[in-house]
Amino acid sequence: MGNDARIPDAAAPVDFEEVQSTARFQELRKRHRSFVFPMAVAFLLWYFAYVLLADYAVGFMSTKVWGNINIGLILGLLQFVSTFAITGWYVSYSNRKLDPIAAEIRHEIEGHEFDKDGNRVTGVNK
Amino acid sequence: MIGIATSVDVAQLKETTLLNMGIFGLFVAVTMVIVLRASRNNKTAADYYAAGRSFTGSQNGTAIAGDYLSAASFLGITGAIAVNGYDGFMYSIGFLVAWLVALLLVAELLRNTGKFTMADVLSFRLKQRPVRIAAAISTLAVCFFYLLAQMAGAGSLISLLLGISDWGGQALVIIVVGALMIMYVLIGGMKGTTWVQIIKAILLIAGAAVMTLWVLAIYGFNLSSLLGAAVETSGNPAVLNPGLQYGKSETSKLDFMSLGLALVLGTAALPHVLMRFYTVPTAKEARKSVVWSIWLIGLFYLFTLVLGYGAAALVGAETIKTAPGGVNAAAPLLAFHLGGPLLLGFISAVAFATILAVVAGLTITAAASFAHDIYANVISKGKADADTEVKVARRTVVVIGILAILGGILANGQNVAFLVALAFAVAASANLPTIVYSLFWRRFTTQGAVWSMYGGLGSAILLIIFSPVVSGAATSMIKDAHFALFPLSNPGIVSIPLAFLLGWLGTVLDKKREDTAKQAEMEVRSLTGVGAEKAVDH
Repeated sequence: MGNDARIPDAAAPVDFEEVQSTARFQELRKRHRSFVFPMAVAFLLWYFAYVLLADYAVGFMSTKVWGNINIGLILGLLQFVSTFAITGWYVSYSNRKLDPIAAEIRHEIEGHEFDKDGNRVTGVNK
Repeated sequence: MIGIATSVDVAQLKETTLLNMGIFGLFVAVTMVIVLRASRNNKTAADYYAAGRSFTGSQNGTAIAGDYLSAASFLGITGAIAVNGYDGFMYSIGFLVAWLVALLLVAELLRNTGKFTMADVLSFRLKQRPVRIAAAISTLAVCFFYLLAQMAGAGSLISLLLGISDWGGQALVIIVVGALMIMYVLIGGMKGTTWVQIIKAILLIAGAAVMTLWVLAIYGFNLSSLLGAAVETSGNPAVLNPGLQYGKSETSKLDFMSLGLALVLGTAALPHVLMRFYTVPTAKEARKSVVWSIWLIGLFYLFTLVLGYGAAALVGAETIKTAPGGVNAAAPLLAFHLGGPLLLGFISAVAFATILAVVAGLTITAAASFAHDIYANVISKGKADADTEVKVARRTVVVIGILAILGGILANGQNVAFLVALAFAVAASANLPTIVYSLFWRRFTTQGAVWSMYGGLGSAILLIIFSPVVSGAATSMIKDAHFALFPLSNPGIVSIPLAFLLGWLGTVLDKKREDTAKQAEMEVRSLTGVGAEKAVDH
């Protein structure tokens, strides 16, 4: 159980700038950003396209497709579908592409490979 | 009494008051026992604010859903769809899609970088004092707006159930709700509050599911017939089309855009939602919680579509509007129509519980922010020990509780979903730009953060004050005054871009550079979770 208000710093003397400059970390950052940025842009565009249609293309959105179900309702429900799909996609991407490499870097830092003054083994109580 | 000719006789509701109160009392008793049990090992600040980081992803995801599916979602959206048709559905979609911003850009990075509050992350690599103060002020402001909405929901519900329409009676019940909430938070801290959220989320989703199936069964599980019946009862085919509420003029169309923007960008900036990410041990669990909550919340909003149109078809918009509690009464009235006093009692108890739980969540967030950010880090400059900090947090809970009670009495009667949308606009303007910039923009500086936060917060609140929400319209809080200089009721479309712009401008014009080592540390920590992952077992 947590008994300390601070984040326990297993990696106090770490040279984070060195970690940041490693090829592996750059790769992790690239993988993260190359997924989340385009995806964020895509779903925001799709969402605002929907809001604009509902706002300024009322006639189109009111077109009945089947019974009383109109295009507006279908597009609205598709927003739900796309949200669920992106969620699933992101989770599988993180599990495959982000988590392993993040765990590797984390273990290296905690194993003192990036300590500022040599391989000092202090401050770790694991 | 109005509504005698319709299917729901509002006057009958009074006869079920005792039953409603009984079910509600039972909920309070059961949750209080759980809170007491959960609070036994509340010793440290990490226990009090972050529940010892002991929750699993699925538990926390359910609690997030509990926090998020507030009275606004249940009472407000159902009412908005019942009365305004398709335009009410817009709330559901915005509230749901917004979770992708939280999932992709904020949740895990935030979990890896912070400790208890939003300000922990924002001030990580910038100057502590100014950024912390700004973040704490905006946290308090957003929580206050959100609290107003919940308290207004409590007022609506009470007036419907007890048939109390006089000011004093409603105020008394708001005071009781507020006092109960203060007790939960004082005794249970984050752990007790989280358990209340979990229980309530399950009850709420189950209750909504039962009602949804019931309504669908009436129409032979055919959505099209349900929609047809809604058109028939309202006598207006436009309830199925967009624009019934917001399509009236160019101004109202712009207002709709503004609402859409605030909804989608607000969630990832709500301090009480952000704080929930700290109750799990790792970033992976934070991700799991968001996934859980997206599924639960998405499912729930699909229910509200059926419930809203169901209320429009079976109860009728006119009856809803004239019932005590107005638009917010759609869901309870539908419950009464379907299952009589027993279902009404259950649904109302759940709605009460919802309000109670969300108010508790908001209060603990605001208290944590004041005690941790302003008291511990600014007033006593980091010298306060954890015990004193928790003591301050507990006292803050009482103060905030009293403010919420007073605000609730004032905001009584407004549509809850609409009031919550204002809280979203304030959150998206004040917090989101700084959160995004500090996580992703290396060059971002303290001046940018401070300009963006105060600029976003100030402009959002000023625009609300000078909007038709506060004065000049029939539905305003102050009906007799006319100082509505700003035509839109949601400020998002102006204040959110302005806050992003100010964050950029403040940074480019800042001659000082921030510490690159701190930036490197934040970036490495946020993506790898080093340090934060072990927060549980030290």
